[in-house]
Amino acid sequence: MNSPLNRFEGSDSYVATGELALAVNAAITLGRPLLVKGEPGTGKTQLAEEVARALDTPLFEWHIKSTSKSQQGLYEYDAVSRLRDSQLGDERVKDIANYIVPGMLWRAFESGRRAVLLIDEIDKADIEFPNDLLRELDRMEFYVYETRQLVKARERPIVFITSNNEKELPDAFLRRCFFHYIRFPDSATMEQIVEVHFPGLKKSLLAEALSAFYRIRDVPGLKKKPSTSELLDWIKLLLAEDIPPEALRADEAKSSIPPLYGALLKNEQDVHLFEQLVFLNRRAGRPG
Amino acid sequence: MLIRFFLMLRAAGVPVSITEFLALLEALEARLIGLSAEDFYWVARTVLVKDERHYDRFDRVFAAHFRGAQDLFEALLASEVPADWLRKDFELSLSPEEKARIAALGGWDALMETLRKRLEEQKARHQGGNRWIGTGGTSPFGAHGYNPEGVRIGGETAGNRRAVKVWERREFANLDDSVELGTRNVKLALRRLRRFARQGATEILDLDGTIDSTARRAGLLDIRMVPERHNAIKVLLFLDIGGSMDDHVRICEELFSAARGEFKHLEYFYFHNFVYESVWKDNRRRHGERTTLARVMHTYGQDYRLVVVGDATMSPYEIIQPGGSIEHWNEEPGAAWMKRLLASYPRHVWLNPEPRERWEFTPSIRITRELFEDRMYPLTLAGLDRAMRTLQ
Repeated sequence: MNSPLNRFEGSDSYVATGELALAVNAAITLGRPLLVKGEPGTGKTQLAEEVARALDTPLFEWHIKSTSKSQQGLYEYDAVSRLRDSQLGDERVKDIANYIVPGMLWRAFESGRRAVLLIDEIDKADIEFPNDLLRELDRMEFYVYETRQLVKARERPIVFITSNNEKELPDAFLRRCFFHYIRFPDSATMEQIVEVHFPGLKKSLLAEALSAFYRIRDVPGLKKKPSTSELLDWIKLLLAEDIPPEALRADEAKSSIPPLYGALLKNEQDVHLFEQLVFLNRRAGRPG
Repeated sequence: MLIRFFLMLRAAGVPVSITEFLALLEALEARLIGLSAEDFYWVARTVLVKDERHYDRFDRVFAAHFRGAQDLFEALLASEVPADWLRKDFELSLSPEEKARIAALGGWDALMETLRKRLEEQKARHQGGNRWIGTGGTSPFGAHGYNPEGVRIGGETAGNRRAVKVWERREFANLDDSVELGTRNVKLALRRLRRFARQGATEILDLDGTIDSTARRAGLLDIRMVPERHNAIKVLLFLDIGGSMDDHVRICEELFSAARGEFKHLEYFYFHNFVYESVWKDNRRRHGERTTLARVMHTYGQDYRLVVVGDATMSPYEIIQPGGSIEHWNEEPGAAWMKRLLASYPRHVWLNPEPRERWEFTPSIRITRELFEDRMYPLTLAGLDRAMRTLQ
């Protein structure tokens, strides 16, 4: 039924679990936006890039800021430069269409082939923002009032929306999306992920690094748990510094802080908490 | 068969709508998945559930629905039967006074509703395995001699058939409600209190002004800029902290974080039980760094709106007697300080997280309400809405 180009199974640089691939394929087949949530650093934004690469389609990224307006994704009317051109007697001024600047949504709609559209961190915007995009995402069309023109997607783009849970999204918006929560990978998946990024990493180093990493994640009360992207950074550092796997070994690590921990713990309270725990462990472990 | 599944999801509190149900059928029709229960589970979850907080509920319903009639019955039991079943037993052990109190709390149904929510919560916290409801967690009911021991809700783990495993694991059990950010509704209520004004640096184009000015200069372009519009409302927030307010910490946090996001000019202070000569901004250094009330009133002008959040539940002496404060010796009664504060800020409200039914029975709440000339509102969305209208 589906041609191979319409299915996503992960790629050589991105490990997608079966459930994630299924969610992506459901969104592609039924033409619904896919809302992706998950801990920071679990590859939400990367997902869109990888899908675009795997399906070989253009990617349009719309990064949302707290000041973003929904209109900016559709188009903007550049009144100031039209005024200026009128002062200079430019010929272009006669046609208002010259001053309509298409936004990311429009560009994705107009793209000849089916495109991937990423609306990144939608929760950063004003709480009314998602409501303003309902019709556009539903019907994949909008109206340009200045030129009285209806912009309609030639081919429904594949829409990915990421959210960090900073604001709750309105129900009407959620109803139109599919939803997937990227769970934090278990250690088997994590090994695959590391293998994809650092092929041929020494087995011993990988095993020690992963166990140290999950140990840190299990420390109760951390403000910001280290995530996949931080683990990858850390391994990169370990390789660069040529740290031997023995230095990460569990019994030693219990009484000392893993080397280059700055890549994993991003806040001084967490470092402090971790140091205290290590200190307590050391006292408990002392023979006597 | 799927319609029943859909209805069960709704009954279990997963907010699914017909749109989503149709989308699921569409997905099945598109032959998105093969004949695998696990694939069906993933697709159904992707399409029907829109919030990771609901994953656990979804897993439970899914397990119940696809496991057979016996469990189905138990799920029904969990959602409906106990109320009546318990009632008989319960009523026998109540004295007339207690019955009156229950009526004051909003009657039977409200009470059972709370109990049901408690039960649901408790289920959510117990990961898998047995889910017996103990007496410990349901405190208000324990006080009335209510003893639900022996009521079993939910089933045991089914056999280790591989296909069922994914939802039986219930990995999202502890996510249920733990990332609650329910400030959206609070923010929308606070939005009533908006008055836009242009202040500060000129940043955006004033289209009307530019056209006007350009026309006046016979077509020579003259660009005018204006500052962006901001919410110019100023709010002074006083929060009761500690003691009896511990029960209401969550709703207060929600209100506080919503207010922080909504009002650009927000000043907040903490007090304990009632306002006396000084308040503080940091609870950890409350004894060292206090701000006198006189200073607050001098610093922030009359255009500030005063919002006091507290349960106003204390001994009446703490309000009307000099030296009544439970923490220090106060020369003047709290009521005197409060009157000064209210005189400085003519637009004021008190938000009370205690249920409205209890207000009449607590003398200190009555006194406070009189001080506020009845401008006390319950800390609910409706109450917040009314309070914001009063402040406008």
